[in-house]
Amino acid sequence: MAGIVGYGVYIPLYRIKVEEIARVWGDDPEIISKGLVVQEKSVPAPDEDTATISVEAARYSVKRAMIDPQKIGAVYVGSESHPYAVKPTATIVAEAVGASPNLTAADFEFACKAGTAGMQACMGLVDSGIVEYGLAVGADTAQGAPGDALEYTASAGGAAYIIGHDNTLADFEDTYSFTTDTPDFYRREGKPYPRHGGRFTGEPAYFKHVIAAAKGIFEKLGSEPSDYDHVVFHQPNGKFYLKAAKKLGFSDEQSRTGLLAPFIGNTYSGATPIGLAAILDIAKAGDRILAVSYGSGAGSDAFSIIVNEEIERKRDTVPKVSELIEKKKYVDYALYAKFKGKLRMA
Amino acid sequence: MKDTVRGWRHIPQRYNLIGSKCLECGKVFFPKRIICPECRRKGQLEDIKLRGEGKIYTYSIINTPTDEFKTIAPYVVAIVELDDGAKITTQIVDCNPEDVKIGDEVEMVFRKIREEGDDGVISYGFKFRIKK
Ligand SMILES: [Zn+2]
Repeated sequence: MAGIVGYGVYIPLYRIKVEEIARVWGDDPEIISKGLVVQEKSVPAPDEDTATISVEAARYSVKRAMIDPQKIGAVYVGSESHPYAVKPTATIVAEAVGASPNLTAADFEFACKAGTAGMQACMGLVDSGIVEYGLAVGADTAQGAPGDALEYTASAGGAAYIIGHDNTLADFEDTYSFTTDTPDFYRREGKPYPRHGGRFTGEPAYFKHVIAAAKGIFEKLGSEPSDYDHVVFHQPNGKFYLKAAKKLGFSDEQSRTGLLAPFIGNTYSGATPIGLAAILDIAKAGDRILAVSYGSGAGSDAFSIIVNEEIERKRDTVPKVSELIEKKKYVDYALYAKFKGKLRMA
Repeated sequence: MKDTVRGWRHIPQRYNLIGSKCLECGKVFFPKRIICPECRRKGQLEDIKLRGEGKIYTYSIINTPTDEFKTIAPYVVAIVELDDGAKITTQIVDCNPEDVKIGDEVEMVFRKIREEGDDGVISYGFKFRIKK
């Protein structure tokens, strides 16, 4: 099966603390922060969007992969915040990494799992011999309506993966997906903010799909939680993530590295790919990783991955997730509102 | 539409810092040139992808921009001397304007340059940030 030849992550510099948002809306910051297991979230600069975040992550992934970008035969960008309704983000990314023009490209949409869906498409194209390398990006600049619970977590970031056969740093053992028609969270065309089903987003949506996808891949491979060194799930907040890990029988040790929501919030399509990157940043050859994304609507993609010794040669070539998280600058709510275009200009 | 076409033509230079290098005298130019001003007809120019690293040569802080750039003000516009030789004018992002100094080392990033209203083309391209 195909593997990961390179990966790259981008997280905007700015952060806002949960307590700052709570101050504006009169909520109790401690209750919110403890309830969600989120302390702060990333905020994009006014000149950043899903295209710029995707390009930064993709450029890092190409550099880490140490490949000629002209050999990339497919570029897929998964997001629910593509800058254009019609005009693919993937074409911008392909041009900016120097992969154009001999390639196929498209944007994917599946709430927060569009990035992992792109990874699966690349695996298929690589394994069938149609392309030498595929580039899959998951990135978002998520929007929560002012005063909505989502505003505490909706953040920005992205990760890019170069999928191929040669010089991989980690190899896919298998992938398995679980998909149903579940209207837990949605945004109609032309509306600026999404709507969500409150409690409905938990058990019948996130937990059902994440757990079914994890169990599905265990069954396919004959593996179990104790066979894995690391696990990462989609993380709309820290609470759901920790509960999913516990329900499946993973220890804190196994799930700790991939949990980034407390520090950057929910990066939507970026969340599982960035969490996986944080694990690859510290993994050793032979480590086995389980990654399970979740997208409302609803579905989960599970991947079982084994790291190889090539990781040592490529790891330090571009910034690690921990460095991107530590490099930060706080903004208050007023500046945040200006950055995110929540103000109506005359 | 005219703006859209002009923007589109400049994508290689704005996305990937494609400039020109004179094979005769070795001088590097950005944006691209058709003839070398030093060597004239003797010169021979070829495309070169600039590395996107350099130093701040000089800068100024824009406090009162046009309406279009109000959301990013105050901001810094600098002339950056690239390690490859050319000088380019660019915005410096992710900084406090008062912290910027001449000689600061900078690197290229990919950002939104401008939007033609809320229904027009979005232009992307290089800006720079201070290396840390
Ligand atoms: Zn010359």
